[in-house]
Amino acid sequence: MTTLSAEHLSLSYGATQIIDNIDLEIPEGKISIIIGSNGCGKSTILRSLARLLMPQQGTIYLDGKDIQQQSSKEVAKKLAILPQAPEAPEDITVKELCYYGRHPHKGLFSRQTPEDHRIVERALSATKMTEFADRTLDALSGGQRQRAWISMALVQETDLLLLDEPTTYLDLAHQIEILELLRDFNETYGRTIVMVLHDLNQAAQYADHLISIKQGKIYKEGPPETVFTKEMIKDVFRLECCIIENPVDQTPLCIPIGLSQD
Amino acid sequence: MKLKRTFGLKSTLPPYSIILLLTVTVLILAMVSLGLGAIYISPLEILQNFLGNGMQSQTFILHNYRIPRILIAVIVGAGLATAGAILQGVLRNPLASPDVIGVTKGAGLAAVIVIVLFPQSPIIILPLSAFIGAAVMAAILMIFVYKKGAQPNTIALVGIALGAICQAGIEYFMVKFPDDVNTTLLWLTGSLWGRGWDQVFILLPCLVLVPVLIALTSKMDVLSLGDDIATGLGERSKLLRYILLSVSVILIGVCVAAVGSIGFIGLIAPHIARRVVGSKFKVLLPASALFGSIFLLVADSLGRGLFPPIEIPAGIITAVIGVPYFLYLLRRERKIT
Repeated sequence: MTTLSAEHLSLSYGATQIIDNIDLEIPEGKISIIIGSNGCGKSTILRSLARLLMPQQGTIYLDGKDIQQQSSKEVAKKLAILPQAPEAPEDITVKELCYYGRHPHKGLFSRQTPEDHRIVERALSATKMTEFADRTLDALSGGQRQRAWISMALVQETDLLLLDEPTTYLDLAHQIEILELLRDFNETYGRTIVMVLHDLNQAAQYADHLISIKQGKIYKEGPPETVFTKEMIKDVFRLECCIIENPVDQTPLCIPIGLSQD
Repeated sequence: MKLKRTFGLKSTLPPYSIILLLTVTVLILAMVSLGLGAIYISPLEILQNFLGNGMQSQTFILHNYRIPRILIAVIVGAGLATAGAILQGVLRNPLASPDVIGVTKGAGLAAVIVIVLFPQSPIIILPLSAFIGAAVMAAILMIFVYKKGAQPNTIALVGIALGAICQAGIEYFMVKFPDDVNTTLLWLTGSLWGRGWDQVFILLPCLVLVPVLIALTSKMDVLSLGDDIATGLGERSKLLRYILLSVSVILIGVCVAAVGSIGFIGLIAPHIARRVVGSKFKVLLPASALFGSIFLLVADSLGRGLFPPIEIPAGIITAVIGVPYFLYLLRRERKIT
């Protein structure tokens, strides 16, 4: 398995400090979900964990070594990142997109092998995209397109999968579809998943490990049962709520009351 | 209906047969073009010349004027179109072209300075200075862009601004030194007139870039998915963008040095190519190059063949064909966005 952690991590965009000296350890083989209000820096943390953003201070360790010191290609064999709202040329097909997932495993002139075909077929069937394999991306619905991108990330065959708000712009049914798909993937192959989610109840439902971020600091992290409390939601989101037990899977469920007055 | 199939949608023919078809077209056009000009030589006579039993006067014309000129048309057309295809991919902007990033204008300004201020300088100085002008513009562009992390839009905007400054410089010299306007204008519109083996030898080193580009095609495809995805797939996006930008600048610099600034090929040829073979660089680059060769061969042949012995500069013909296509393109882009 591959480990991912951050030490004394500070991140900034230009002169604006976003994340201030945090330590973070991603539990192996689990689903970790980062939550926090808009602009708290949750996507920024995810981007830096995926070496898309250089830390201002501190270090991110992938398998115990500084991620910035490792070759991007070696990192890509261990860690896949699906950024928010990715774009692609309109005329490429789902299958072609999937084959890009093999890119880090390839040399300059190497061709596709039967092994590559098998991996792509497997990913397409896992995301239920087999029937759309030859469609171009612009001919897909939002949910299908997101599943196509996730297929590409699966094809990369990494121990770690990072996703930045994978359910944005999707209707509820499709949101659940994506989350179920990721949970299946986690349970079947034991891969580590880290994602940023907006929906608090979905986060509580699908996370093994919940990380709440407030103003550039980790407010609290741990299993949803301990992190997902009335106090946390009031402090992090300035929202008064009451927490009940989800009758379906006994995870905590937040019922908003109104904005916090203080 | 037929028009729609070839120009409105990706063609149904497999890409490699399209490339074969384009190659054959280039060869046929080259043969036809060899015959055109002040003295017409028929295809049959050309063939006899190649077999070694043609008329001596024709052999002289072919060897000293027409063959180098056609080689130049093929290489420059391919070079500008390839540079354009790379730029459109790297800047992720379908309207990007050698003219947009200001490099052509930089070459133009340098050439005008030489023509106007050092008219006595040896003939090799002109292409050399044009190349240096292009390189200087590219260097300034890269320095400006470096701080912003080589964002596509920044590159395009800085390029346009630099181009405008160079254009102002060019106009200043033309107003200040009206006597030299003729030579300057001929160079600025770009023409293959009077170009020979000297220019072919300027261009030949470009061929070194062909294997480099072939090696880079899969990386270019990955880069076209956006910086984040490309990095996620193990590429070093910024570095790759610099390398590709440099390759296209070298191509543009050398081409402009050889024939002056011929516009629109770098914009239109890759565009047509993308619509015919799609956006995968492995087929897009060769298809663009071939369309570029065809475009310049046609422009040069028309320029020579329409009113012999008077020649119309190829740059004017490419503009006459290019501007309507460009306007059509703008309309289409607006409809999509």
